[in-house]
Order: sequence, then C-alpha cells, then structure tokens
Amino acid sequence: MLKTRIIPCLDVADGRVVKGVNFVGLRDAGDPVDAAIAYDAAGADELCFLDIHATHENRGTMFDLVQRTAEHCYIPLTVGGGVRTVADVRALLLAGADKVSFNSAAVANPGVIAQAADQFGSQCIVCAIDAKTVSPGKWEIFTHGGRKPTGIDAVGFARTVTAKGAGEILLTSMDRDGTRAGFNIPLTRAISDAVSVPVIASGGVGTLDHLVEGVTEGHASAVLAASIFHFGEFTIHEAKQHMAAAGIPMRLT
Amino acid sequence: MLTAIIDYESGNLHSAHKAFERMAREADAGEVTVTSNAEVVAKADRIVLPGDGAFPACMAALKGAGGLYDAMVEAVEHRGRPFLGICVGMQLMATVGREYEDTAGLGWISGEVTKITPADPTLKVPHMGWNDLVIDHPHPVFEGISTGDHAYFVHSYHMAVTNPAERLAHVDYGGDVTAIIGRDTMIGMQFHPEKSQNTGLRLISNFLTWKP
Repeated sequence: MLKTRIIPCLDVADGRVVKGVNFVGLRDAGDPVDAAIAYDAAGADELCFLDIHATHENRGTMFDLVQRTAEHCYIPLTVGGGVRTVADVRALLLAGADKVSFNSAAVANPGVIAQAADQFGSQCIVCAIDAKTVSPGKWEIFTHGGRKPTGIDAVGFARTVTAKGAGEILLTSMDRDGTRAGFNIPLTRAISDAVSVPVIASGGVGTLDHLVEGVTEGHASAVLAASIFHFGEFTIHEAKQHMAAAGIPMRLT
Repeated sequence: MLTAIIDYESGNLHSAHKAFERMAREADAGEVTVTSNAEVVAKADRIVLPGDGAFPACMAALKGAGGLYDAMVEAVEHRGRPFLGICVGMQLMATVGREYEDTAGLGWISGEVTKITPADPTLKVPHMGWNDLVIDHPHPVFEGISTGDHAYFVHSYHMAVTNPAERLAHVDYGGDVTAIIGRDTMIGMQFHPEKSQNTGLRLISNFLTWKP
C-alpha cells in the first residue's frame, strides 16, 4: 500500500537555512546539507529546499547545495524558488534534484509547465500554488509571498497545470502559513479532489493533529512542514507514529 | 570490474551514479561509470539502464545514441552481462509499450507497459511515493530484503508481465503493480533504488555483487 509522505521543507537564503535548524547533534544549524542528512536519518520520506531569495547571482550556491545533498541523501529531493525556465529545470536536475518546483513563473505562463514536462517528464515537475481564501469556497492565487493577488481561481489553475503536465502540486494556504492554526482544509480538499495528481499540503502546521487532518479531511497525499520539525518540537518519527495511530498508512522506519 | 550506467540523456543520473559508486566502494565491486560511449558499454561487466520520461521518447533516444543500443543488446543477449533496468529502463525490457503509441520494447521480458488504472478511483496517478514490496519469487539480488520493505516509486505506466515466473516482486496500488522483473542475467526495478534509502542501497549492492 502506498504510504503518506512527510516532507520537511528547508527555506534557504544565500546557502543557509533561514532561522536555522535546531536538532540535537547537528554540527551546523544553518547548513542545509547537514540538516538534510539529519532528516534522511530521521526517516523523512522526501526533502524540499526552497530558495527564498533566488537570484541569478546566487544560483551557484543552490546548485552546490543540491549536489552535496544528492551525494549523501538517498531519498527524493524537490527544489523550488526562482525557477523560471526549462534551462533552470535542467540545471537543477543535473545538479541532483529529483523534482523541480515552478511557482510564479507558472502563474505568468502555464505553458512553461508543458515545456518542462515534455522535456523531462511529469514525474519531476511540481507546480507550487500559493492560494488564499477570498470568499467562502473560493480561493485565489497570490504571488510575491502572498502579497499580490492575481485574480486567478486556484482550483481552475490546479486543473490547468496538471493538464499541462505537472506531476504533483505543492499547495500552500497563504492565509494559514506561519499561523500554526492548521492547513486550510477546504482549500486542500477542493484542490486534491479536483486533480488526479498527488497534492502536498503546506502552510499552517502547528500540531501533529494538523498533519492528520491534512490527509483525512484535506485528502492530501503528502504533508509538508518546516518549523515544527526544525526546532525539535516533534521528530519525524513522532509525527509518523501519530499519523499511523490515526489510521493513516505510513512508512515507519 | 566495470559497471556502466548508460547515459542517453534521459533524466538525472547524478544520484544514481553516487548511489552505485558508494555501494561499489562498500562492496568492493570495482568501478562505476556513467557513459554514452558504446565502446565502454561493450566492455562493461555490468550494465545499468536508467530512464525517466515517456516510453517512445526513451526508446528513440536509446536507439539514436550512437551504437549504444546495439552494444547493450549484444552484451546482454549474447554475452550474458548482468543487466539492471530502472524505472523506464525497466519498462523498455517489455515486449511493447503502450504510452501515447505502441512502441516495440527490447522484448527481454514478455509483457506490455500500460497506464496504471487503480480499481479505487480516488487513488492518484502517478503512483508516487513509498510502497511496500511483496516478494513473489526469491532471487539472489533480494538478499537482506524482505516483503514489507519500502521502495520509492514515481510512474504513471506499469508493466503487466505475461509469465508470472518473471515477476519477482509487486506492490499493491488498487491492484497489483509490478515492482521487480527478471530472468537469467537480467533484472528490472520499477522503483528508484537510488532513492529508496537503505532498501535501495542494499538492492544496488546485491546487483553489483550478483554472479548469475
């Protein structure tokens, strides 16, 4: 049986983990590669690096991180942030990423998803969608860290990008991100039920029950979280045990 | 001892290369090289065929890559070099692929590659993530691997094997999905051993030391 995935996400700026990661025994709290190795050993099902200040000038730093991570971690790695073109995808895949995530570039031009999926296969093309509730049962895509509305309906956009070949959707509820109040469940469920590809729920996790809700009520195939893991509040193992106890199939290692 | 990972510009070989290199070092199983040179494939002691993307595109790329296809077929069919196909590289071992259009495969394992259609319509396609292996037939490459061990899958098409003896392991995804196939000196894995942590690394190590 396929297991629900837990994906710790590392926000990276200029080659360092934003705010650091506070694990017992970690050599360098700010080194994404050290953190990735620790999460791999802790039983994470996948890893995600998000380059939050991606610019052309600091691209090389990310390639180096991805390359070093791929040398030490034998679980899938998704990389996002600042991915605009097919050439960006190729460079990250060659560095050792397993999946590459488009965000605002896909909002500006959904065709880039089709180009990338045609060239590299849907299995490695993720589309990140940042959405906010604008009225009950209605969600809109926001860009620029949730500040800029686009007027684009999130559910319709999810259908569009999967039709173009996105193999997975990384859905962040922008009205929940950072609140620790739990996923935006109606949004997560609306998108998960609208598309045939897996949806990763993100944004708002504060408790282990939130992870459970994302799957049982939000119908997500995977859950992504950052702070609850980074600061040692819960281990990956505790999260998996909790989800398994709630009846969700998990890979317990 | 030389293991050649065939590079025909189908996907990311960095992690596969690193995983094979590491296990070759640990198992004292010689050198691992990523190559698109037919002469290197011809002289290799073991051959690994990865693959990401669509069946017809992968087959066309393999056949169009300067004698690679012929060198690989000759080494495997006529000289019995141990062969491992991964993901679409495994699917290419089938008789025919039915992704987009019918495309002849290598015909090494009788069967066809068709779209995954889970009996439960709420199951997503691609089949993406960790699934637990059910071993159908014992094999030297499974040493230290048991039913229940997890491997990382990502695919929308799967292989229906004609001869049940050649399906070595499967997983459940709204029905059986073929996970490992093989006969004689050849083996194929639908999942990514290089992304399947300890289980995958063990399978790689076992392949590198397999003496069929």
